[in-house]
Amino acid sequence: MGLLDQKFDSSNIVVTTLDNLLNWARLSSLWQMQFGLACCAIEMMAASASHFDMMRFGIIPRATPRQTDVMIVSGTVTLKMATRIKRLYDQMSEPRYVISMGSCANCGGPYWEHGYHVLKGVDRVIPVDVYVPGCPPRPEALIEGILKLQEKIRAESLAKKKVV
Amino acid sequence: MNETVHQEKISPTNGRSSTGKGLRTEEMVINMGPQHPSTHGVLRLEIVVDGEIIREVIPHLGYLHRCFEKHCEYMINYQQVVPYVDRLDYVASMNNEHAFVVAAERLLNIEIPERVHYIRIIMAELQRIASHLIAIGTFGIDMGAFTPFLHAFRDREKILDLFEMTCGARLLYNYMMIGGLSHDLPPQFIEKTKQFCVEFKQTLKEIDDLLNYNEIFIKRTANVGILPKDVAVNYACSGPMLRGSGVDWDLRRDDPYTLYDRFEWDVCIGKGENGTVGDVWNRHMVRQREMEQSVKIIEQAIVNIPEGDVKKAVPKRIRPVPGEIYSRTESPRGELGFYIVATDSLTPYRVKGRSPGFVNLSVINEISRGAMIADLVAIIGSTDIVLGEVDR
Repeated sequence: MGLLDQKFDSSNIVVTTLDNLLNWARLSSLWQMQFGLACCAIEMMAASASHFDMMRFGIIPRATPRQTDVMIVSGTVTLKMATRIKRLYDQMSEPRYVISMGSCANCGGPYWEHGYHVLKGVDRVIPVDVYVPGCPPRPEALIEGILKLQEKIRAESLAKKKVV
Repeated sequence: MNETVHQEKISPTNGRSSTGKGLRTEEMVINMGPQHPSTHGVLRLEIVVDGEIIREVIPHLGYLHRCFEKHCEYMINYQQVVPYVDRLDYVASMNNEHAFVVAAERLLNIEIPERVHYIRIIMAELQRIASHLIAIGTFGIDMGAFTPFLHAFRDREKILDLFEMTCGARLLYNYMMIGGLSHDLPPQFIEKTKQFCVEFKQTLKEIDDLLNYNEIFIKRTANVGILPKDVAVNYACSGPMLRGSGVDWDLRRDDPYTLYDRFEWDVCIGKGENGTVGDVWNRHMVRQREMEQSVKIIEQAIVNIPEGDVKKAVPKRIRPVPGEIYSRTESPRGELGFYIVATDSLTPYRVKGRSPGFVNLSVINEISRGAMIADLVAIIGSTDIVLGEVDR
């Protein structure tokens, strides 16, 4: 609320809908699960490091699923890892969101045809909100994906069921 | 090994503390990973502990097994293997490409223009610096120091900018071709690399001040996870793991490939200014000093780089004579080798990668026995594994 800070003398009332307030709170502090799978994780690290500084958007990495709102599936999901990802997703508290980062998580990527141990898309085990294409996507692309997710959250409503 | 096997090993031991005499204690199995911020990827460690003391560490692999060898058999030709080689050790893609391309060229007996060799060496050394910067930055985070990570990534981005202006990619390049390179150097490259080398020396000093000689950092890492010389050699460790233990061995000098014998530089080994030779601090310092030497090599290479056509020697169709080859190079993590078996077909019959990360990881049980649980994070960080090449 930096714009309104110290602009008024006495206490004031801000009128908004509950939906707007909740959505605004949720989209401005999307805590991300600090969880890298493969190559894309390096780009995810680069996105949160000095050049791209993802924390501008309220994205803070947390090490445990219990404290996180968004899971960025960054990299190849193997069959052995798929069950763990499902479990981690189940451990996150609602509302929870998933960004699938990179071709491997979207559809299997370069391992689509002959990868006998690669899951062909993480959406086969958990619901995905935003897909970010690329192998690996640039940090800018990941940030674009996060902005898209914020747009999606802004349109949510308590009355309507969340569409996955 | 499955978990039931280890449960049988659990047996009551004598109480260790002086106050708890007569108390019954027993060993406990703790699971670390695959989702853990300091296992550097999807590594799972099964740790048998007695209180805080580690009795045994069993790494479980396969969470990132991406079927590399099977893919190589399915490729249409040898050149198509290169993008998959990129994705093995995704922190040091240029070094991986270099290793594979050199192996394939030895198999095919191709003579390469000197300019190509020089450009490859510049790229490989720049990538070595970028890789070590990630290793040092994330190791700092593991030890609770966040600022060096930001400094390291700031300079890594400068290197990635150089790669980007050369081949258009930031992380996985697909730049080197069998017999040449996909692009020549762009016009500004030499100038910008020179500028980077000057600026980077300042960063090295910053990391020294912020991290390496920080009292807390030394307390945390010196005399932890000591890897004796003979154990390192017996386990076939390589790279900074081996040199940190004081073994003077670097493939760039001892088994020179391409034109590495033309440059003046020193092999860095652990000297033991703090702690003991072979501990975590000394391994870490080997990486720090190697970056300095890489800058030295780059500075010599950009001055002497000859003119030439980088695509002159690229074969139109790659069909080797049947045979096999093992060729090894020094990647930032150690000896990276490729074993290729060729038949008279256009696809390789078998490509096997000898990844340094896998071999270096095997020593972890030996060096962390008797350490505290908190030290295990330091030990894993100092081995600098990348799970992409461990599992392949």
